[in-house]
Amino acid sequence: MTGPAIETGAPVRARATAEALPSVTVPSRAPSFLGDTWRIARKDLLIEFRTRSGFLSTAVFALIALAIFRFSWDPTAVNTLDLAPGVLWVIFTFAGLLGLNRSFGVEHADRALDALLASPVSREAIFAGKALGNLVFLLGVQALAIPTLGLFFGLPLGPEWLMVAAVAVLAAVGFVAVGTLFAAVASNTRLAEMLLPMLSLPFFMPVVIPAAQATARLLGDQPLSEAVPALKILALFDIVFVVACTLAFPFTLEE
Amino acid sequence: MSGALVASGVSRRFGARTVVREVSLALEAGDCLALFGPNGAGKTTLLRLLGGLLSPHSGTVALHGHTLPGEADTRRLLGVISHKSMLYDALTVRENVTFAAECQGVRDVRAAVDAVLDRLLVRDREHQPVRALSRGLQQRVSIARALVHGPRLVLLDEPYTGLDEVGARALTEALRALKASGATVVLITHNLAEGLELATHTAIMREGQFVHESERPAHGFDVAMYAAMYRELVAGGE
Repeated sequence: MTGPAIETGAPVRARATAEALPSVTVPSRAPSFLGDTWRIARKDLLIEFRTRSGFLSTAVFALIALAIFRFSWDPTAVNTLDLAPGVLWVIFTFAGLLGLNRSFGVEHADRALDALLASPVSREAIFAGKALGNLVFLLGVQALAIPTLGLFFGLPLGPEWLMVAAVAVLAAVGFVAVGTLFAAVASNTRLAEMLLPMLSLPFFMPVVIPAAQATARLLGDQPLSEAVPALKILALFDIVFVVACTLAFPFTLEE
Repeated sequence: MSGALVASGVSRRFGARTVVREVSLALEAGDCLALFGPNGAGKTTLLRLLGGLLSPHSGTVALHGHTLPGEADTRRLLGVISHKSMLYDALTVRENVTFAAECQGVRDVRAAVDAVLDRLLVRDREHQPVRALSRGLQQRVSIARALVHGPRLVLLDEPYTGLDEVGARALTEALRALKASGATVVLITHNLAEGLELATHTAIMREGQFVHESERPAHGFDVAMYAAMYRELVAGGE
């Protein structure tokens, strides 16, 4: 200690000795991973429902991109079934990026993330909650874009669309796992909007390519067995990405 | 010697710059440390280290002997209030405080939220979105968010910023009640009078280090004398 001491006692210095923790004064229960995950996802979706800014901008982007592809498409030069799967997955990729960018913005605006980090909620539950919110968001965009694609490109309605929807859900899982992780990384920087696509696009490829291949085979009336290899690759990357991103997420929170 | 909150030789760098260097402190249950210092002294970084929101590059911070950020049971003891509201501005006052209570694992969420909104005098605004509130009211809601679960260590970074007289009084009363209940409080403020009123211990920080520490004398702090010493110690530090 330096400086003049006025009316001072000796500064207290001590070593920590582990002891029984006191109780908070308000009765509490043990944290639950699933409960915390759902709570965070619900909060994010409620904020999105209130502001609607993320979903509206993403949906408008998806619809405009579909319209541009539709009106620039020459049916005599390229077959519909050759073009449509690629269009669908290009749009999902970039629309998804738009949604992911806002995911951690709400946490950093007034440093609400600090309150979450100081709470008993585990880092893994924070990741799972943010990812679940992003998944619902992306599925909402897909629910709008897939029928619009069928409408714009004159694709016949059939049971294969249910399989395409299932592929979209499967791909969305891996997509949001990677996207949520990199959204957390990028949100700590001043260049979040530029950094997120640069970081995440290469990692989206193992999800988007098999998803586009499976979609092409399903829409091309090929038997389901033709799409199975692509679906297996997709499922494998889903598992790898979900596990790896959940484990890596706590490290993204370090300043 | 043990303590409710013990920091031992804590240092933290950002790049090449050491923002907090070799800070040690020990506080018991019911203690209130008022931390003063000029802008850029490292007070906020120290507070984040004490709350486990930042990891120290050297040294340790322990709450009742458990290193922070620690397990859920340790983090549950924390309440953090910053000059940023830590609120979601699209959610209402009640939704924000309810979310915080649920994250803290509070059993009777409704009763706890009602009680803390009443205590901070914001119950009449409970259905308003936070973005519609003034800065001072947002700060009161932020305090309600941090106190809803009855924390045992409360870290406050400039909590009086933006508060009107009513809000400041409500905060002071809430902090007094917390201290009386055995909670440990660390308070950063530029207002010496406010800090000294509540403090059982004070520290003045400059360039990442404590340059003065003291304990509350039996007859309380002399604000004018403390202010003169503060000016002398931090001269040139602003």
